[in-house]
Amino acid sequence: MMQGTGPAVCLGNDVDTDLIIAGRYLRTKDRSVWAEHVLEDLDPALAPRIRGAIIVAGRNMGCGSSREQAVVALREAGVVGIVAESFARIFFRNAVNVGLPVIEASVACTDGAHVAFDLDSGWVEVDGVRRPARPLSPRMVTILRAGGLVPYWRSCR
Amino acid sequence: MSTLSERILGAPAGAYVDREVDIAFAHDGTGVLTREALREMGVEQLPHPERLRLVFDHIVPANTGTTATLQAELRGYARASGIDLSDAGGGICHQVMSEGVVRPGMVVVGADSHTCTLGALGAFATGVGATDMAAIWASGATWFRVPETIAVNLTGRLGGPAEPKDVALACVARLGMEGATYRALEFVGDGASGISMDGRLTLCNMAVETGAKTGIFYADAVTVRHLAGHGVAASPQAVEEPRYEREIAIDLSGIVPLVAVPHRVDTVREAEDVAGTPIDQVFVGTCTNGRYEDLARLARIVRGRKVAVRTLVVPASRAVLARAIATGVLADIVDAGCMVAPPGCGPCLGAHEGVMGEGEVCLSTANRNFKNRMGVGAEIYLSSVATAAVSALAGEIAVPEVA
Repeated sequence: MMQGTGPAVCLGNDVDTDLIIAGRYLRTKDRSVWAEHVLEDLDPALAPRIRGAIIVAGRNMGCGSSREQAVVALREAGVVGIVAESFARIFFRNAVNVGLPVIEASVACTDGAHVAFDLDSGWVEVDGVRRPARPLSPRMVTILRAGGLVPYWRSCR
Repeated sequence: MSTLSERILGAPAGAYVDREVDIAFAHDGTGVLTREALREMGVEQLPHPERLRLVFDHIVPANTGTTATLQAELRGYARASGIDLSDAGGGICHQVMSEGVVRPGMVVVGADSHTCTLGALGAFATGVGATDMAAIWASGATWFRVPETIAVNLTGRLGGPAEPKDVALACVARLGMEGATYRALEFVGDGASGISMDGRLTLCNMAVETGAKTGIFYADAVTVRHLAGHGVAASPQAVEEPRYEREIAIDLSGIVPLVAVPHRVDTVREAEDVAGTPIDQVFVGTCTNGRYEDLARLARIVRGRKVAVRTLVVPASRAVLARAIATGVLADIVDAGCMVAPPGCGPCLGAHEGVMGEGEVCLSTANRNFKNRMGVGAEIYLSSVATAAVSALAGEIAVPEVA
């Protein structure tokens, strides 16, 4: 959860949660539906490309709705982690809660570049160029290390 | 001196705090995931069911068998767990919570991003995800990072045809879609006291469109009167002179009708500049503008005339609908040729009831105009109720001229 590597998939600024998973796909508990349609309204070709990849977004990643299906869709579609210059706050907290690493850092992105991150040490690397990542709060570190809020909760009981 | 958020959360900006919550609610969409998370967590007993609420508003009445089944399961869960359920037709969660549930000084969390709406009552109210909500239902508490605060200093009074929605759009345009991320917006200044509770709810509602954690007004005589109308006693909150991270000033007397154009909430133009844009549908409703004052404003403009495009009106709650019936407002709206749907979110999030077709244009009083939100290939313009009303009559975007 705290470290990961993968090829970069670059997204722009202000990618909203409607673009990540549209309202028309929300009424189900079947997570594979969300993974199948993830990012469809931004670019239908993205879903297969993000498996095993690290999304590198710009500013205000995940703005809009609180829908947790957005982070679950990305996780289920195989995203290793999301690096962004900044995140919308509910999306950020949701990602940690479902065990999807989020890394706040300013990096240049080229599709396919080799990305690595280490949240324990607080850095992200793109094609060997290392940048500092903004540290997560201690509580978020604990939740992410546990694999998300549900496993964290179970481990506390 | 503390900001209102610091005072309610009991710690200075930047601190992490664990807080008991006073009210924690989810709706038919997020409630399903909250229930699933509770199941995965192995939680059977909820320690404080009296603080919890479920509100069916996103797809009501159910549009498909799948939706109906999910809602039936959740309805059964509410009954078995002792959670108060506002079922289909009761209204939008934020509106229902504003009608005597939320009080000044409360800590309120909702599994919906527009929970910030309830800051209008002097509460600290913010949106969380479904799994966070599950942990809150299981424990009665959660953690917060106390936000820094941006003061929105309102001066003067609204004049002419401008209304609180235009102020909200002006505020989003000034701050941008991430201008207040992680921060609270505190609406202060001489102009704040002149804004009605319905208007305050509209302003706080759109705080999240700037990335803010909440929007908040100090409880004052307007708040006390509003809550008294719902049988709840409340007191005003003393205004201290806190240190804000920054301050923006908005002169209400200078606000004119505004429109957010596709596909960003912060690309805001004067209505004058987009007048004449053809539209296929007008939508008046949502947690931004589906309140009684909004319906009354619409009725005043369309009374005795006929709308030129299909116009969908969705009251924000049963109480709003009942009042609009009692005062004749609803009859004026129906006589003008508008459609009226049951209280709820309507087509705002593109799930049912008035979604748009490819290439169609909607002028909506909602809060988001993201690409494809109300239908693939459709465009959404956002405006006040007055602008929506005159545009419905004209069949194209038009500019309201009188208050």
